[in-house]
Amino acid sequence: MFKRLVEILAVSAACVAAFPAAAQEPLKIGMVLEMSGGFADFGMQMMNGARAYMKVHGDTVAGRKVQLIVKDTTGVPDVAKRVAQELVTNDKVDFLAGFGLTPSALAVASLATEAKKPMIVMNAATSIITTRSPYIARVSFTLPQVTAPLATWALRNGITRAYTLVADYGPGIDAETQFKKTFTASGGQIVGDVRTPMRNPEFAPFLQRIKDARPQAVFVFLPAGEQAVGFMKGFAERELDKAGIKLIATGDVTEDGVIEAMGDAPLGVVTTQHYSVAHDSAQNRIFLKAYAEVSGSSQRANFMAVGAWDGMAAIYEVARRLNGAIDGDKAMEILKGMKIDSPRGPVTIDPATRDPIETIYVRRVERLKDGKLYNVEFDQFTNVKDPTR
Amino acid sequence: MLTSFLGVLFDGLAYGMLLFLISVGLSVTLGLMNFINLAHGAFGMLGGYVCVMALQNWGLPFFVMLPAVFLTSALAGLVLERVLYRYLYRRSHLDQVLATIGLTFMSIAAATYFFGPLQQPLQVPKFLSGQVSVLGVDLNIYRGFLLAVGVALTIVLTLALERTRFGASVRASVDKPRVAEGLGIRVGLVFQITFAVGCGLAGLGGALGVQVLGLDPAFPLKFIVYFLLVVAVGGTSSLKGPLYAALLLGVIDVAGKYYVPQIGAFIIYAMMIVLLVIRPHGLVSRQ
Repeated sequence: MFKRLVEILAVSAACVAAFPAAAQEPLKIGMVLEMSGGFADFGMQMMNGARAYMKVHGDTVAGRKVQLIVKDTTGVPDVAKRVAQELVTNDKVDFLAGFGLTPSALAVASLATEAKKPMIVMNAATSIITTRSPYIARVSFTLPQVTAPLATWALRNGITRAYTLVADYGPGIDAETQFKKTFTASGGQIVGDVRTPMRNPEFAPFLQRIKDARPQAVFVFLPAGEQAVGFMKGFAERELDKAGIKLIATGDVTEDGVIEAMGDAPLGVVTTQHYSVAHDSAQNRIFLKAYAEVSGSSQRANFMAVGAWDGMAAIYEVARRLNGAIDGDKAMEILKGMKIDSPRGPVTIDPATRDPIETIYVRRVERLKDGKLYNVEFDQFTNVKDPTR
Repeated sequence: MLTSFLGVLFDGLAYGMLLFLISVGLSVTLGLMNFINLAHGAFGMLGGYVCVMALQNWGLPFFVMLPAVFLTSALAGLVLERVLYRYLYRRSHLDQVLATIGLTFMSIAAATYFFGPLQQPLQVPKFLSGQVSVLGVDLNIYRGFLLAVGVALTIVLTLALERTRFGASVRASVDKPRVAEGLGIRVGLVFQITFAVGCGLAGLGGALGVQVLGLDPAFPLKFIVYFLLVVAVGGTSSLKGPLYAALLLGVIDVAGKYYVPQIGAFIIYAMMIVLLVIRPHGLVSRQ
């Protein structure tokens, strides 16, 4: 028994001696994601987006093997905070990343400050997130950033009377406030607004209210997925389009991953956002191919997967510039002003706000030759910043 | 003004009927068998997936699917009754709750594994979608269809329970199982069939509800509040209670969201509290 133990110790010692510890310690990325519950799709998209990046760019950077540690928030902020704590203290991660939902990101912000861990927000889109910790950088988008261009576009295209409908939580209120501000500043008129509860299986009464108000257009923000599908179905069923009411929305509503579940309802809907799978670029083709291979399903990638891909690009770049020795403060200096060649087009992380500066596209839902629905880009606003900051 | 009120009333009744359709199976198992089946929503979800998958993959007509969905869910209920549920009949209500909520979580995980976490698309037939205008009120055709199905189902179930020999056996088996057994009623078999019917109804409700409520693996938990609400407010002694409760809650929910959208989502719960304070045993209770 004793002899066996000595042997094991000797072998372990030899291993430690043979490989210098610093070079072999993996680069750990703690992914705080919604992997189960109503937003499980967010987590799947982002995990696969990150894995797709590693597949194309290799799983080693600056001599360190990259290790993704995925933890499930179940969509609950308290759980997000707990798993992030575990990632920092037990797994000793180098980066915190992920964050599909705003409440999860907000819950973890103070932890990032305390632990001085760079926190890469790959999706959550409420404006205030980056103000909550100097260690947060965002590679996705903010709602005011995509909403302001939509209000401008609507006015340019003859829409002057609009109704707003948003989900009643942080991003929804951000979107509503920004739309009203930009729209009324240039002479538009808001004829009514409604905030719908987050747990809301029934849009019919809200839709009827809008129909009775007879606006030229209704502006909508709802989180991608279930609510967006429910709304689109109701919109078509209640024939608001036939009553002459146009639907304009943030890209979340006609998000690439769920749009097929909506039937013909979203045809012709105009949205603004930073990414569409139909975006024509070499980077995007590489991304989509890798995503399809990694996910192994027919489900399409969406903007969340792109956010994760770009977040990984940022992490790889930081690791290269620091030669693998990650330090929170130095990492943040590198992230500020970083340029990313993203599948959506070029993105710069604003050194002042640590939020992305990027092109916002105006898109229309069309059925393309493969018989599937796509958000086809037809206009754009370049170098858009979050207008509230 | 009047037309918008009539529109709200119609939508509310249709929504209430949908709540009734997804809850009626539960009121059968809970009310008749005094068994708390929190996995009720799992059977609803099964019905929804069977319907969606069959429509997508085989293109079967919607109307053929509805009875097929009922039978599939009933069969699943029958199998589970034999291997699991019958051992729980004599256990405490807490045991029943724990076992069936566990089953609910298992069903969610299984659905995520097989179908993924996404919403499932369902295309209802063309003639059931869209609207018709009646006296200036725009009525949604699918909602009208839900109302009709609800009325038909209520009539069939009420007749079956109150006018048939089998219905009498069910009532006898529930009230005095030993006496019923003594009279030659096969209580075990009666319960088995009743349970299967309850599950079949859950599946049917699930399939009918996809168009309005959507379908994803979180279905059994998302709507458990509504099943319990309808059955708790309605009382479990007859089918009338849950029907009235569902219609009332549906109309109040829709009217609340239409007229006072700021607080609309809470009105249904406030109403539940009021109704339970006034009638703690349900709207229609056993004397």
